[in-house]
Amino acid sequence: MNQKPVLESAGLDGWIIRLFDTIDEHNLPWLSALSRRCEQAFGDALIDLVPSYTTLLVVFDPLMVSPCEARATIYRILADLEPEDSRHAGEIHELPTWYDTSVGPELTRVAEQAGIAVNDVIDAHSQQVYRVFALGFAPGFAFMGLTDPRLECARLGTPRKKVPPGSVAMAGRQTAAYPTATPGGWNLLGRTSASLFDRNREGFSLLRVGDQVRFVPVSREAFEREGGDTTPMEPLA
Amino acid sequence: MSTPGNSEPCIKVLRAGPLALLQDSGRFGVRHLGVTQGGPADLYSWAWANHLTGNPWGTANLEITFGGLQLVAGRDLEITITGADLGATLDQKPVPLWQRISWKEGETLAFAAPISGLRAYLAVYGGFVAEPVLGSVASVTREELGGFCGKGTKLAAGDQLSVYSRGLQAGEGPVQVPCDAIPDFSQPAVLDLLPGAQIAHFTGRSLFDAFNTWWQVDDRADRMGVRLTGPRLNCKISTLVSEGINLGGVQVPPDGQPIVLLNDRQTIGGYPRLGSLSPLSAARLAQCLPRERVRLVAKGSGAALEQYRSFRALFNTAPR
Repeated sequence: MNQKPVLESAGLDGWIIRLFDTIDEHNLPWLSALSRRCEQAFGDALIDLVPSYTTLLVVFDPLMVSPCEARATIYRILADLEPEDSRHAGEIHELPTWYDTSVGPELTRVAEQAGIAVNDVIDAHSQQVYRVFALGFAPGFAFMGLTDPRLECARLGTPRKKVPPGSVAMAGRQTAAYPTATPGGWNLLGRTSASLFDRNREGFSLLRVGDQVRFVPVSREAFEREGGDTTPMEPLA
Repeated sequence: MSTPGNSEPCIKVLRAGPLALLQDSGRFGVRHLGVTQGGPADLYSWAWANHLTGNPWGTANLEITFGGLQLVAGRDLEITITGADLGATLDQKPVPLWQRISWKEGETLAFAAPISGLRAYLAVYGGFVAEPVLGSVASVTREELGGFCGKGTKLAAGDQLSVYSRGLQAGEGPVQVPCDAIPDFSQPAVLDLLPGAQIAHFTGRSLFDAFNTWWQVDDRADRMGVRLTGPRLNCKISTLVSEGINLGGVQVPPDGQPIVLLNDRQTIGGYPRLGSLSPLSAARLAQCLPRERVRLVAKGSGAALEQYRSFRALFNTAPR
């Protein structure tokens, strides 16, 4: 944690608590401990908690707590905050993924850029266990990292108008899987058959901040058997 | 409170207009899932519509953007229309706004086009019937959550809307808003901004410009956010590591033109911010049409809190 965490006003009903300056998976035990302490301290006055890479946004009910009172509560928590035990690290999810240029057209681009074979890209992407740093952009969209530095890649110059659900993608040194069909500018590597945003699941989203994720390569047959959609991507205009 | 008994469809959509959405107070406790808040863009008018109708805080009503909506009643209903003047008529006769009125079976309620303001609210005594999704019926089209069918869709011609029945007669309580509580949307909006976030990283010139300029509302404006155009604001940091963003946040992307984030904003974002509009100022901005002028005024959180608490106290009555 930074020597001195910074509190920044997020309006009448919110504070941003800035614990760190840079993205690092070691931030997570501190941020989840802070979330848990805020839940306890604010109780019914808590409206929302939005953890992200380096910060926690605390949103409270301004009819019950004033911004000054909220700030005092947060400072009290920060005074003796301890990182969460790593044994409490989030769930591990394995996402069966069909890596193929038909559904992951940027596999070749990433390989060429890294100067390695497509299979090495798949190995490098699937051998790592990623942590979920933040959810956002769309419901259930989990920003994960960090990827092998060789795979670092810029976003597409022009985003696709529609990326199909399940698409496994990378940008910078982060990776994600699109829960629903949305526009998107990330590099596509393949597709997972895992259901990432499911109305029958408590909270709908498969992934939460702090969870651990591994992409497991599967054959086209296995992907189809699990209900995966093999419709190929249209080439970029 | 409301009972689903006798909740057969009693309003039919004849014409949907560009955008009519069901909105309760919003979806809360879900932003860590990447799910946005939703809810009424103009909280002020939405709250009065419910209150004057005799509905408790939080009851879902219709947010009608721009007009064009036409509805016919299948039974007698008690309603209130607040917010923008969209030229509403009942069987072609002009309808008074900001007061409870009767909508008789067979009459057509029609919204035309903006006369002043952008979004009208239609509350029906009892409240509309819809199944909550993640704890709320607030419609968010981009996320496909909420609304009458649960998929966040806007109203469409032919839709049949159900209303909870709570007896024949609406309850007592105010049926008309005090005159001085009716906002004048034809006047340029003066918006309270609570300085915060990365304001210290903006240049002195930019801070002067931010609070001494008539900003123009751009046509890139929707329920996610409203872009303002004017002098270019410069921040010493151009992007941040993405972090949670709250209602009313005023973010400044590298082109220097601020975007005020509203109800359907993404849950996290990475542009520096000047601070946040007060909730009531965010509501006021949501009534601005493209090319209207607005002014930003710095306000302390103490004064903004007092204003917000007095507003909420008006509606702090037991459900009737």
